[in-house]
Amino acid sequence: MISALFSNILVLCGLAVIAAILLYITSQKFKMEKSPIEEAIYNALPHANCGACGKAGCQDFASACYKADQEEFETLKCPVGGSNVMAKIADIKGMKAGTMQRTCAVLRCNGTCKNAPDKMEYTGLKSCRVANTVMSGRSGCPNGCLRFGDCVKVCQFGALSLNKETGIPIIDYTKCTSCGKCVQRCPRGLFEIRPIEEGKQVYVACRNQQKGAVARKNCTAACIACGKCAKINPLIVVENNLAYIPTTVSAVADGEKLAAECPVKAIQYRQNMQENKHEN
Amino acid sequence: MYKISTSPHINSKETTHKIMRDVIVALSPAIMAALIMFGFKALLVLVTSVCACLIFEYFMSKSLGLGNTASDLSAVVTGILLALNLPATMPLWMVIIGAFMAIGVAKMAFGGIGKNIFNPALVGRVFLFISFPVQMTTWVKPHVLDFFNVDATTSATPLNVLKHITENDIFSPEYMNLFLGNIGGSMGETSALAILLGLFWLLKEKIISWHIPVYYIGSFLLCMLITQLITGNVRFDVLSHLLSGGLLLGAVFMATDYTTSPMTKNGKIIFAIGCGILTYVIRVFGAYPEGVSFAILIMNAFVPLIDKYNIQYVYGTRRK
Amino acid sequence: MKTKTFALGGIHLNKHKISARIGIEELDLPDVVYIPVKQHIGAPAKIVVKSGDKVKVGTLLAEADGKVSARVVSSISGEVCKIEEINNGQGYLETVITIKREGDEFEDNMDMSDKIISEISDNRDELLEAIKNAGIVGMGGAGFPTPIKSEIPEGKKADTLIINGIECEPYLTADCRLMEEKSEQIVIGARILNKILGIQNAIIAIDENKRRSIARLRHITKEYVGVNVQPCKSIYPQGGEKQLINAITGREVPSGKLPIDVNCVVQNVATVYAVYEAVQKHIPLFRRVLTVSGNIDWNPCNYLVRIGTPISFILEKNKIQMDKVGKVLIGGPMMGQAISSLDAPVTKTTSGITVFSEQTSRKPETTACIRCGKCVDSCPMGLMPLNIRQAVENNDLNEMKKLHIQDCILCGCCSYICPAKIPLLDYCKIGKYELTKQSKKA
Repeated sequence: MISALFSNILVLCGLAVIAAILLYITSQKFKMEKSPIEEAIYNALPHANCGACGKAGCQDFASACYKADQEEFETLKCPVGGSNVMAKIADIKGMKAGTMQRTCAVLRCNGTCKNAPDKMEYTGLKSCRVANTVMSGRSGCPNGCLRFGDCVKVCQFGALSLNKETGIPIIDYTKCTSCGKCVQRCPRGLFEIRPIEEGKQVYVACRNQQKGAVARKNCTAACIACGKCAKINPLIVVENNLAYIPTTVSAVADGEKLAAECPVKAIQYRQNMQENKHEN
Repeated sequence: MYKISTSPHINSKETTHKIMRDVIVALSPAIMAALIMFGFKALLVLVTSVCACLIFEYFMSKSLGLGNTASDLSAVVTGILLALNLPATMPLWMVIIGAFMAIGVAKMAFGGIGKNIFNPALVGRVFLFISFPVQMTTWVKPHVLDFFNVDATTSATPLNVLKHITENDIFSPEYMNLFLGNIGGSMGETSALAILLGLFWLLKEKIISWHIPVYYIGSFLLCMLITQLITGNVRFDVLSHLLSGGLLLGAVFMATDYTTSPMTKNGKIIFAIGCGILTYVIRVFGAYPEGVSFAILIMNAFVPLIDKYNIQYVYGTRRK
Repeated sequence: MKTKTFALGGIHLNKHKISARIGIEELDLPDVVYIPVKQHIGAPAKIVVKSGDKVKVGTLLAEADGKVSARVVSSISGEVCKIEEINNGQGYLETVITIKREGDEFEDNMDMSDKIISEISDNRDELLEAIKNAGIVGMGGAGFPTPIKSEIPEGKKADTLIINGIECEPYLTADCRLMEEKSEQIVIGARILNKILGIQNAIIAIDENKRRSIARLRHITKEYVGVNVQPCKSIYPQGGEKQLINAITGREVPSGKLPIDVNCVVQNVATVYAVYEAVQKHIPLFRRVLTVSGNIDWNPCNYLVRIGTPISFILEKNKIQMDKVGKVLIGGPMMGQAISSLDAPVTKTTSGITVFSEQTSRKPETTACIRCGKCVDSCPMGLMPLNIRQAVENNDLNEMKKLHIQDCILCGCCSYICPAKIPLLDYCKIGKYELTKQSKKA
């Protein structure tokens, strides 16, 4: 009895020792070299792992920040964390962070159920990317929003939601991190990351490149390329039957006027976009 | 306003509901056999099992937000299979526990229909088998066509007899009784004839392919045959092993369960041979006389792995 | 002779060939036709007429623009009204030439008699030129310009010409009727293509159920060298190019390659008939046979229709009760495209119009996948649609590549067979879209 117990204990202890040795060897062999600074940078990041910075996740971004010199560091930006996070990292590194423009995604279409009523009934899988392969659009507009919400599903920050009344997605700019997932996902390329200047934003909410009369048949909010906006602000580009405000152009000063003057109300002007995002 | 949708614009008449209905039709000979052999008690166990499964399915699918999946009849199939795997003398409250294990734990906890790893009915059965070994191994002699006979003369199953037979014993198997089912055992497994009728229906309606039953039974019998030829022991009588115990029921109805069997043809063959060999190992070397449930459950665990490494041959990828 | 079939997957469909016994009927001429300038794969044809021009049947309207393109001829005589953009049925706009009809006059060199000319010119270039001038494209659905298929690229060699007369789509019977009524012309057309390819091995593949077409073609091929008839098993998608090559020759077209890479050329029977007319009778491609069928209550027909005829005109002539219609398809129900506007015209590739009633045009409700593996068993390319669905839902591009999504032929077997009614094909389409997008970016 006693001897049986003894041998059992001996075997178990032996196993434990072998396991401990194995663990020690593997932990030594596969040790990750990581400096405390890099660790600190990583901890300061929002850990969304969205890849919006252009790196393969937050770990990669942290190591890029760690290795970067002043010049390179200024180009590194975490769109999710915003300037707060970059300032923190700059503190850790003892460098100066690059300036960061506040941005958020906008939907360049105002084809709501009311503006662009359904002309066909789609009965397949409720997915924009599928519907895009079989039809031009519910209203007939070949560039407009399909209103099935693929973008809503892809947004990991919950910034997008389908407005039940209008059918098109609405963007909660306080939650939007400009990660760009929706830009990639939308089969019609309706999303664009645009700067917010002084809490204001102005953009053309239409991508239809058909002639004005054709486009108007499908959607009352379609840009008809009348050129009024270009007269107010000559930096606005009107080509291919469509007006476009380049992201590099600062047009917010004329925002109110642009929105008011646009005969089809295709220009959207937002103001009082408070800086209240990412106060984790 | 004409409808727009992606192709194809027609769909087969096949639905989950119809498949389950066909399985129930295929199970009906086995149910009939159980009622003929074991009478009123069998009916009670059967009804209890099916009702319990349906109720658990209904409430759990609702509470898990899966919609009402009780109407697709899959729970009925599970209930019938569970009942057919139990002795007719099983206390009804134990049947309900078995149904809870089958539907609640093995199926709904994994995410409902199509998501379970283990065959629900077998999980229920094995749980009862381990928890209540006495009740689960008390077999009664069948009373053919005597519906209300409640006399419970216990008898051993043929596999039990085989397990404990010694070389000096005289062994005279009654193959006809084994085939028709006039032997002790679980309600549904005794009659080979009824199960073969069910298999015929399943194959005719193209519910299952022949691979799993044939390879399962084939690999098992091959191992048994080799053993018998080498040892010359009547313990390994091939025909008795084929016709008795849960081998046929398992190979036809349990191992072929869609969710818990592999997808590709090669995968199915690997899975079935694994089941066959495991059943053989348990029956010959194990402590239990019966090994079908354990064999299938063990192989169920390997299904994701088999599926991962058995990708179909893709057209045009052959190397020249 | 033994029937042949392809190796992987396939499904048995209820064929609904209601119009198989109904002869080809010439449809009345519409008052206006809308002839699209792009009815083929490749660059749109360059318009050479202007509004006000008088045209006859067969007059050149638009010239092929580059190599991968096809010319377009007028299908009625009259006056070119305007060049405009109309809805192609799916809501997209396409450029069409609108012609108002006046009488019915043909270009002078067209031989509209019924006489069959079996003598074939020996000048290969002359034959090819005639096909080019007639603007012939693959009439089975893809619309690939026929001259390109017939010109073998440098370093490659054809040994088998397969004439695709399978028509595995339910409801459609246009090819079936054509083979029965114009059998001799098709055989001569096959010989013309043989000559162009420089081979003596054309095989007409027909569905085993079309017994009368088989009998008729067998009888005729006895008199002509180099053309044989091969019955194929009645299984969908037997008529798919890759499947048919596999069935007839046992070869497999490698992923991303063309039939010519395995020394095969596949042409549809309607195309072959058009080749006959173009070469022997100087008739350009201005009309085609199409089936009007479906599951609502009326008389299904096979019509000989002028290209550019609005679909609404055909349905009107067919006396369909339009209020019962739920869905109108161009093509068959397995791979056809649903259209929302009936103004869309018939093109060179329209093999049929299938009309579904209101009840049958709804998609059934999707339930949970039960992992039955029917989609895997039915896929003729050997793909695993349920794994594809998983990969697409996870947006896992590497996994999608591993699952060979790009090899999917969009036959729809998986969606059709799925007992849970999961639109598996839609997921394949998303996968293809995402992979194409990624490769464009790279």
